[in-house]
Amino acid sequence: MKMNLKGMVLNTFKESARNKMFYLLVFFGILFALSSKLISFLTLGDSLKVLKDTGLAAINFFCVLIAIFTGINLVYKEIEKKTIFNILSKPVSRDHFIFGKFLGLALTMLVALTAMAVIFFLLVFLVGGGFDFKIVLYFFMLYLELLIIVAISLLFSSFSTPILSFIFTVSLYLIGHVMWTFNEFKSLLHSKLSLTFARVLYYILPNLDKFNIKNDVVLGLPLHTGTILFSILYAVVYILALLTVTVMIFRKREFI
Amino acid sequence: MKTLEITDLNKSFRSNFLIKKYHILKGIHISVEPGEIYGFLGPNGAGKTTTIKCIMGLLFPDSGQILINGQPADTVDARRHIGFLPENPYFYDYLNALELLDFSASLFAIPPAIARERIQMLIQRVGLAGHERLKLRKFSKGMIQRLGMAQALIQDPVFLILDEPFSGLDPIGRKEFRDLILELKGQGKTIFFSSHILQDVEMMVDKVGIIINGRITRQGQLSELIAGSTHGHEIVCSRISEKQLAQIHANYVSRDNQFIITLGSDDDINLVVESIIHNNGLVVAVHPVKKTLEDIFLNELKEVQ
Repeated sequence: MKMNLKGMVLNTFKESARNKMFYLLVFFGILFALSSKLISFLTLGDSLKVLKDTGLAAINFFCVLIAIFTGINLVYKEIEKKTIFNILSKPVSRDHFIFGKFLGLALTMLVALTAMAVIFFLLVFLVGGGFDFKIVLYFFMLYLELLIIVAISLLFSSFSTPILSFIFTVSLYLIGHVMWTFNEFKSLLHSKLSLTFARVLYYILPNLDKFNIKNDVVLGLPLHTGTILFSILYAVVYILALLTVTVMIFRKREFI
Repeated sequence: MKTLEITDLNKSFRSNFLIKKYHILKGIHISVEPGEIYGFLGPNGAGKTTTIKCIMGLLFPDSGQILINGQPADTVDARRHIGFLPENPYFYDYLNALELLDFSASLFAIPPAIARERIQMLIQRVGLAGHERLKLRKFSKGMIQRLGMAQALIQDPVFLILDEPFSGLDPIGRKEFRDLILELKGQGKTIFFSSHILQDVEMMVDKVGIIINGRITRQGQLSELIAGSTHGHEIVCSRISEKQLAQIHANYVSRDNQFIITLGSDDDINLVVESIIHNNGLVVAVHPVKKTLEDIFLNELKEVQ
């Protein structure tokens, strides 16, 4: 089947990149990364470590905001503004539409994250630090997490309003970072049914803490290749599962 | 093979928490032959846009079949040869006309060099030259409609589906669109369009389908619908006083020193003509009053109601 996904991807990227909110968040991300240099001077102790700690946290926070805000609006806006009529009336299947949107958002996140990462590395050099491959790995793992967030927000955006999608996505993001509490929670459950339910939830909900290697990077702890590879595999499988569900919902949607 | 063939199309919507079902389309049958201009007429809410959205795969029919050039309409391949202009089209307002057409071309996988050439030609053809780099958020409704037509023609489709193409256009724009549609027909394209501007429809179409309350109440060649559908005769006369004329026939109007008498049937023609001559009047013309598309449409509407 001859079909150009590139057009969909680039248009999605253009749409996100021409959104004022996107620029604002990238600007604040860079601003906070820069301000971490100031904080590192004002703090006692290893200024490079403080810079890494606060700078990476700022980039993480603003990238997650960009992923959520662009993700929850994209499909909803297409339907609400009826621009989707012009796409689905052309030889574009609904599956391609969703994949195109996802890849366009993935490209947007790559550009935003790269811009922030470049600024961050410049700061590290200014403070006297050198190139650290672990930081590159940190950004890569953050990117995988962002792709999962984008896929989650895209899923909600395909059937819900931006406000509800925002609430759902943020909730899943927060839950995704406290999944380790599930094991403690499970020990409080006694009935077989509730244990099974908890186990199902554990596998369905995103385990985003798998991608958080900030402490290991800042404190210089060793990173295990096996853990990294498993996280990559987890991200790929989870994103594919989310996109499959999104496509299944989207195939049944009517555009009145 | 028919360009468009719709058989027993039914569509309903549920509302009020899925309790109540509204039947919008009730067994629609439409057939459009290659090279034909088909005018799809109906009052607001009759089901025109719902039918078009079912053809374009934006809505799913409850039952029935829609074939485009023999292929089911909901396939990607069927849409490859269709140009579609939605009602009140919406486009990405952060793009300009060139970018939008380039995006449309990319969805058809048209090679960039061919796309560039075609985009320039279409910009000229729909009258948007000089505005191609203006952001779409600054476009007027008429300009958006012109751009909508350009994007519908981007892959040089063999079949065009236009939902209210004259909406938002001024009289000059309407004339240009009529000329464009007739030019496209001249190129052998098939055109299916909905409209409620009946004069425009009458000037262009080969075939008409009238939809009222979700049912096709009349369908056929325009020439056949209009032929034989006279509703009386008009006699134009002069050199006669109004007092004399009033005694001959009551139903007349005066215009430019002439009188126009309208007769409901042809039974009285000879009698009225003889009376005018007898009163030394001059019979300027006697001609049948043909029904217009508007008369047929309003008559259908009246019958259904």
